Amino acid sequence: MRRRGLGIILFLLFVISGCCPVSVDSKPSISVWHWMTDRDPAFQELAKKYEALTGVKVNFELYAPSDAYSQKIRAAAQGTNLPDVFGILGEKRDFASFIKAGHILDITSYMEANNSNWKNNFFPKALAVNEFGPGNSYGIKPGIFGVPIDIMTIQMVYNKKLFEQLGLNPNRPPKTLQEFLDIGVKIRAAGMQGLVSGWGEVWMIDCLANNYAFNIMGKDKVLATIRGEVAYTDPDWVKVFSIFKRMQDSGVLAKGLVTMINKSAEQIFANEKAVFAFNGSWCVNVYKGMNPSLEYGAMLPPAASSQYPMAIWGGAGSSFMVNARSKNKEEVVKFLIWLTDQDQQAYLAQATNNLPANKNSLTKIPEILAQFARGMDYATHPNVWGVSEFSLVIEAFDRGIQSIIIGEKSPEQVASDVQKIKEREMAKKRAK
Amino acid sequence: MKIRDAIENYTFVLPAVTIFSVFYIIPFIWVFQLGMFEWDGISFTRVFVGLQNFKEIFLQDSNWWQSMWNASYITLIALTFQNILAFMLALACDREIRMKNFYRVIFFIPPVLSEVVVGMAWRFIINDIDGANIINRMLIGMGFGNLAHNWLSDPNTALTTVALVHCWKGFGWGFLIFLAGLQTIPRELYEAARVDGASAWQSFKKITMPLMVPVMVLVAILTVLGTMQVFVLIVSLVGGEFAGHTSVPVLRILASMRGSSRFGYACAQGITFGMVLVAISFIQYRFSKKGH
Amino acid sequence: MKHAFYYKSKKVAINTLIHIFLLSVSVTCLYPLLWMIVSSLKTQDMIFKDISLIPHQFRLENYVLAWKEGGFGRNFFNSIIYTVSVVFGIVIISSMAAYAFSRLKFMGSKFLFIMFMAAMMIPIPGSFVALYVLLNKLHLRNTPIGYILCMINVGLSTSIFLLKTFFDKMPKELEDAARIDGCSKIGIWWHVALPLAKPVLAVVVVFNALAVWNEYILALIIFDNRQFMPLQVALQTFQGEFVTNYPLLMAGLTITALPIIIVYLLMQKYIVKGVTQGAVVG
Repeated sequence: MRRRGLGIILFLLFVISGCCPVSVDSKPSISVWHWMTDRDPAFQELAKKYEALTGVKVNFELYAPSDAYSQKIRAAAQGTNLPDVFGILGEKRDFASFIKAGHILDITSYMEANNSNWKNNFFPKALAVNEFGPGNSYGIKPGIFGVPIDIMTIQMVYNKKLFEQLGLNPNRPPKTLQEFLDIGVKIRAAGMQGLVSGWGEVWMIDCLANNYAFNIMGKDKVLATIRGEVAYTDPDWVKVFSIFKRMQDSGVLAKGLVTMINKSAEQIFANEKAVFAFNGSWCVNVYKGMNPSLEYGAMLPPAASSQYPMAIWGGAGSSFMVNARSKNKEEVVKFLIWLTDQDQQAYLAQATNNLPANKNSLTKIPEILAQFARGMDYATHPNVWGVSEFSLVIEAFDRGIQSIIIGEKSPEQVASDVQKIKEREMAKKRAK
Repeated sequence: MKIRDAIENYTFVLPAVTIFSVFYIIPFIWVFQLGMFEWDGISFTRVFVGLQNFKEIFLQDSNWWQSMWNASYITLIALTFQNILAFMLALACDREIRMKNFYRVIFFIPPVLSEVVVGMAWRFIINDIDGANIINRMLIGMGFGNLAHNWLSDPNTALTTVALVHCWKGFGWGFLIFLAGLQTIPRELYEAARVDGASAWQSFKKITMPLMVPVMVLVAILTVLGTMQVFVLIVSLVGGEFAGHTSVPVLRILASMRGSSRFGYACAQGITFGMVLVAISFIQYRFSKKGH
Repeated sequence: MKHAFYYKSKKVAINTLIHIFLLSVSVTCLYPLLWMIVSSLKTQDMIFKDISLIPHQFRLENYVLAWKEGGFGRNFFNSIIYTVSVVFGIVIISSMAAYAFSRLKFMGSKFLFIMFMAAMMIPIPGSFVALYVLLNKLHLRNTPIGYILCMINVGLSTSIFLLKTFFDKMPKELEDAARIDGCSKIGIWWHVALPLAKPVLAVVVVFNALAVWNEYILALIIFDNRQFMPLQVALQTFQGEFVTNYPLLMAGLTITALPIIIVYLLMQKYIVKGVTQGAVVG
C-alpha cells in the first residue's frame, strides 16, 4: 500500500516535469514583468506587432494583484533573477534602493542621444517621476532611470445629472471650497450623497490633504515641513486639517466615507448615487464599464485659498525600468523606444482609456480624458519633490484625518500628534 | 532490538522533521536574524542594530499594541460566539434529524467562499449607499430605528461588526471539527446511559462534554491562531486600519514591510507576535489540562 | 396513549425549534453563494444596478469567457495536481508524525511536538522572500516540486496537531490486539490507526485542500512561467488594480469554488460515518 502511494507521487512528479518544455531560442527575446491587468491584452498585441516588425520576441508576463507583484519583484531582486524590463511599485525611496543595489540601468544617455529625441517625446512631468535631480536626498547620481508608459492625474469628478437635480449648472463645477461646502448643504437637504472616494485605503486622503497644503501654503513651505524646518502645528497646516472637518460638517462627504474602499466608491459614483468622487484618471475606463451612459465632468479640487495655485497629484502612471544586469540592454532600450513612440502610445491610450506618456499621442482622446490630461498643468507628485516624509509621519497624518472626519479628534490635536511623531523620527535619524 | 525499535520510531517523524527543518526552520532563522537588522527589503547591505527594533516595539509603538488589543478583542468574540454557535450546530446535526446532510453542506459554504465575495456580500448587507442596507432596514422595521447607523464607519461598532463577519466566515471549521469529534463518541455510551434512566441533559453533561474537552481545546487553539492573523477580511470590509480602530497585527507587519520598507522591523514584529501567540496557546493548553 | 402523545409533541416542538435555528443560519450561508452565482450571470453594468437575487439575465457565456480569458484549462489542471499531491503528502507525513507523537515513546518526542506547535503559531512575515532565496539555492525555484514541498510544510503543523488530538482520544485496545498478532508498527499505523481516524483525516483533507486550492501569492512569487501557475493566479487577473470585471470574476469564483465543494461532499460522509463503524469492521 505504501509503495503504491510512492508510485503515485513519482507518477505525479513525472507528469509535472514532463510538462515543462525547455525552450531554446536563437533570436534575442525580451522578458517584461508587469502588474497591469487591464493593459495586458494591449501589451500582448503590441508584442506581436514588434515581433513581426523586428523578429525580437517580447514576453509580457502579468503578475497580479499588485501587492503580490511587488513582493515578487523584491524576492527576485534578492536572487538577482529580475527580468529585462520591470516596473517598481512603491515610493521613491524604494526606487532609490533598487538603483543602489544595481538592479536598474541609468538610461539618461539613451534618452539624450540624438538631441534628446526620445526624451522630448514625453511629458516632462511624467519623466520627472523617474528622474533623480542634482543633490537629491537619496544619494543617487542624477539621471533618468525609468520609462513612463502612461500618465495619470488624480482629480475630482462630478455627476452632471445630479447637479441639475440640485439646481446647479452642470457645466460650472465649484471653484472655491466655500462653493463646494454650500453644495454640501444642498446635498444633505436633498438626502443625497456627496463625495465618495477610497478613503478607507488612506493614501487618497493623503493625496487630497497634500493638494490643499500646496494650495494654502505653497510648495516651498510643504517641502520645508518635510525637511523638518516647519512644524505641522503651524497654523497653515491646522487650516489644512480643518478643511476635512469643514467638509464633514457641511454634509459634502458621503456617509461611511472613512471606511470606503475605492472599488465601492467607483460603483457608487458610476451608479449615480453620489454627486462627487475623488479619483484618478483610470476611473474613465472603470465608469465606462459600469455605466456607459454616465454623464460627468472632471474638476480640480475646489480651492481653499487664492494665494497659491491648487495642486493635484499626477505624473507617470506606470513606468518600466531596464534591468542593469540584462544581457541585451541595447535590444531592450530599442523596444522601449518603440513602445513609447507616438503610434504605439496612441494605441495603448485608445485600447485602455489611459493617458499616454507621449505628448504627441494626445490628439484623439475622449473629452473627459482630455479634461484629466489638462490637469497635468497643476500636477505634482511626492516622487518629484526630492525629499520623502517619514512613513510613520504620513501614517499618523492620514489616520489623524480619518479621526477628524469621524469627530474623534480636533484638527489642532491631530496637528500636534503628527508633529510629535515627526520629532521622534527626526531624533532617531539624527542618532544614526 | 532496542536500537531497531528507536530507529523505527524515528522513521515515523523523519519525513515531517526533514521538510519542516528545510522549509520552516531555515526561513525562520533568517527572519529571526533580520529582526536585529535595519533593512529595506531591497538592498544587499543591512545594518545591525541589535535589539533596537524590539525596544521600539515595546516602548514606542503604541499602534502595534493597539492592533494586538484589537485582534484579541476579535479573538475573544470568536472564541465565545463563533465556537458556541459551531458547537450547537454540530450537536444539532449529530442528532437523528431530517435534512442533516443538507445542513452539513450548507454550513461549510462560508469557509469555501473567497474573502472578496464575503466582503462584497456583507458590505451589501450592512452598508447604506453601496448596499441594500438590509440590517438597518430590519432594525427600522422592528422599531429600533434609532439603532440603525453606519456599522462599519462608526468607531464604536466597526471592530465588532468585522469580528461578527469573521465569526460567520469561520464557524464552518469549528462545526466540522466538532462534528468529527462527536462521531468518535461511541454510541453505546448513550445507549447505556438511557438504559440507566439518564435524561438527555444528563448524558450531555456526563458523556458528551467530558469526552469533547480535548476537541474543544483543539478548536479553541485553532480559533486563536486563525483569528489573531485575520486581515484580508478587514481590508475587504473597511479598506484598512480605519484610524486604528480596525488595525490588526498582520496589517501592522505589512505596513512596516511594504508601506515603510522596514523589513527588519517587520520581522521583529512578526517574532513578537509569534511569541505572544505561543504564550497564549500554551496557557490555554495548560489551563485545559488542569481543568480536566 | 396520552403519555406517548405528550412526548411525541414535545419532540416535534423541539425539532421545529432546532430546524428554525438551523434554517436561519443556513439562509445567511446561502445568501452570498446565491449572490455570487446570480452576479456571475449578469453584465458588468447590471451587477450593481439590479440588486435582486432573482436573476433576470442568464449570461451563461460569462462562464465560457471566464474559462477562456483566464486561461483556466491549463491552470485548472495545475491546481488539481498541486492540491492532490500536497494533500496526499500532508496526510501521509502528518499522520505518521502525529501517530508517533501520540503512541510511540522516543527521546525528544515532546520537544519535537512542541516545536511543531510553536511553528504553527509564529507567522513568518518575510517568509516569501526567504522561501524564494531558499528555493533558488536548492534549484527548486520555478519548479512544481519546490512549490509542492513548500505547501506541504505550510499545512504540516496544523494537521499534526489535529491528528494527534484525535489519536489521543482513540481507544488503544485494537492496536494492542494487532501488536499481539505480530503486526509491525507501520502495519498498525496503516491498518488500524488510520481507518479509525477517518473522520479527522477527512477534516485534514478538506482543510488542506482548501488552503492549497486558494493559495496564489507563493505561486506567483516562485513561478515565472504562466504554465505552472495555479487557478487562483488566473482568477486574480479579473480583479484588476483599476478595472474589475465583476461578472467574469464571479463566474471564475464559482468555477473555482465547485471542486472544493465536491471534495467536501466526498469527505463529509467520512466525517459523519465515523469511528463506530470503523470499530465494528476493525
